[in-house]
Amino acid sequence: MTKKLARGVAVVGVGMSKFGAFPDKTSRDLFVEAYQELKTSVQKGFNPNDIEAFYMGNFSSDQFERQGHLAPIVASWIGLSPIASVRIEDACASGGVALRQAVLGIASGQYDVVLVGGLEKMTDLPGAQVTDALASAADTMFEIPAGFTFPGFYAAMATAYMNEHNGDLDALLKVGIKNHVNGALNEKAQFGQTIPDVMAGKVAKAIQKGLPVPEWKDEMDFLRDPKANPMIAWPLRLFDCSPVSDGGAAVLLVAEDLVAKYTDQPIFVIGTGQASDGSLPERASLSHVPSAVGAGEQAYAMAGKTPAEIDFAEVHDCFTIAEIMATEDLGFFKPGEGWKAAMDGKTARDGEKPINTSGGLKAKGHPVGASGVAQVVEVWKQLHGTAGARQLPGTPRIGLTHNVGGTGQTSVVHIFERRF
Amino acid sequence: MSDFKFETKTFYDALNQNELIGSKCQTCEYVAIPQRYICPACHSEKMERLVFSGKATLAAYTVIYIPPTEMVNAGYDAKHPYCTGIVTLEEGPRMSAQIVGLDLSQPQNIKIGTPLKMTIIERGPEGTSKKVLAFEPA
Ligand SMILES: [Zn+2]
Repeated sequence: MTKKLARGVAVVGVGMSKFGAFPDKTSRDLFVEAYQELKTSVQKGFNPNDIEAFYMGNFSSDQFERQGHLAPIVASWIGLSPIASVRIEDACASGGVALRQAVLGIASGQYDVVLVGGLEKMTDLPGAQVTDALASAADTMFEIPAGFTFPGFYAAMATAYMNEHNGDLDALLKVGIKNHVNGALNEKAQFGQTIPDVMAGKVAKAIQKGLPVPEWKDEMDFLRDPKANPMIAWPLRLFDCSPVSDGGAAVLLVAEDLVAKYTDQPIFVIGTGQASDGSLPERASLSHVPSAVGAGEQAYAMAGKTPAEIDFAEVHDCFTIAEIMATEDLGFFKPGEGWKAAMDGKTARDGEKPINTSGGLKAKGHPVGASGVAQVVEVWKQLHGTAGARQLPGTPRIGLTHNVGGTGQTSVVHIFERRF
Repeated sequence: MSDFKFETKTFYDALNQNELIGSKCQTCEYVAIPQRYICPACHSEKMERLVFSGKATLAAYTVIYIPPTEMVNAGYDAKHPYCTGIVTLEEGPRMSAQIVGLDLSQPQNIKIGTPLKMTIIERGPEGTSKKVLAFEPA
């Protein structure tokens, strides 16, 4: 039997910090930035004393900032003590799971107004230590000893996917190009540049330094150039990987009976789903993410919607192959058709199923614990018609977020509907 | 019940004796690697020790140019990449392992389905090296 929320839950405000590398800021500083923006986004304003609980997604402040027990500190920093403050850790899905716990907290009747946060400060550590910290989201006893890194896991999934579906590796490059096009229109994105912008920048730099000027026929030629786009874990290159990022994001949820107090333009959470899985070798298939299929099915069933009814989605493109698999796992395209959809531009802003209009994790940045919450910020903007230059035409009504932890040990999916 | 121990350490103790082990459920015959206390398929706790033949095929792979610290310490870098992957064991389940003995100059030529056999390699600087599971072409 399909499970329904015991009462409705709406998003009435959102905010996010700029994503990027900020050597002078801590995670709490970035979260304050997100919270301040959230405050201005609530149509009728709100009293911070209304907030009854704080659910915060954060993967590993312990490893990245040597700070444990972060939730009460952040709550205090924005003046919310003594409310219940909870840090949720499900690797890269921490933010999406924090959202879900907040939704369930309101649906249960325990709380009426809940703040959801996501934050991560990753750039203080040297690169190799970031690689090691991220690897701890996989099984450190039985997977990591094989020499795997996170790009390595997704690279292996890419080989399985392309082998099974006779796919073309160029599809990966197309995903990156598209997400950079979208990210260039997002003022909060870490990479506000299209691939042609990046190419022009490299040419200008070479001229300025009196070095040989690189020549590329087009974007694909640039992305295939091992000097410009070095291999990280075959077949994934630098531009197939989301960056190491700092950032915070925040969402304010209220029970449906209180919505009118805060806004006449609510976005309702109409579906939520979450599933788990064992480590990558344990799965029946290496070419898709079973937990994402499961989480999606739960969310669709609760929402009473089909994949065809979703106007657009923010999906977890930690690597380009992950976006292709996500578009199949969520039922937007049939298994084996996702790579073709990417090649054919079906996931572009003017395509039949726009994916990652924000630029995705790839271009917007991926401060791990913040990503699942920042996805909601984009859905909110698109549903409100306030996404600026990247706004989808026709004012979309239904958006979806898909947030994955590790290689799919956790997946969480939410569906949102504009009700105004 | 057998006197087989299911601790994580049991797997690596066996590997140090050049044995790749897992568990087989006496109730439903589900085979797991690493070994489990509780059957992931049927929840039975009647588990027995299974020694794998070491025969496998390649299910997924990558060639890593930006390695984690442990592999950097073992001498790998962008100019000295290594292959790691997921193999399907003859007995059914899959396992992650480094893949050695392949030509890495053209990673696209590595074929999924390649027959492999288990080997134990020494990884890391002399004196502090450790035995690690790997597979090589059969
Ligand atoms: Zn069993």
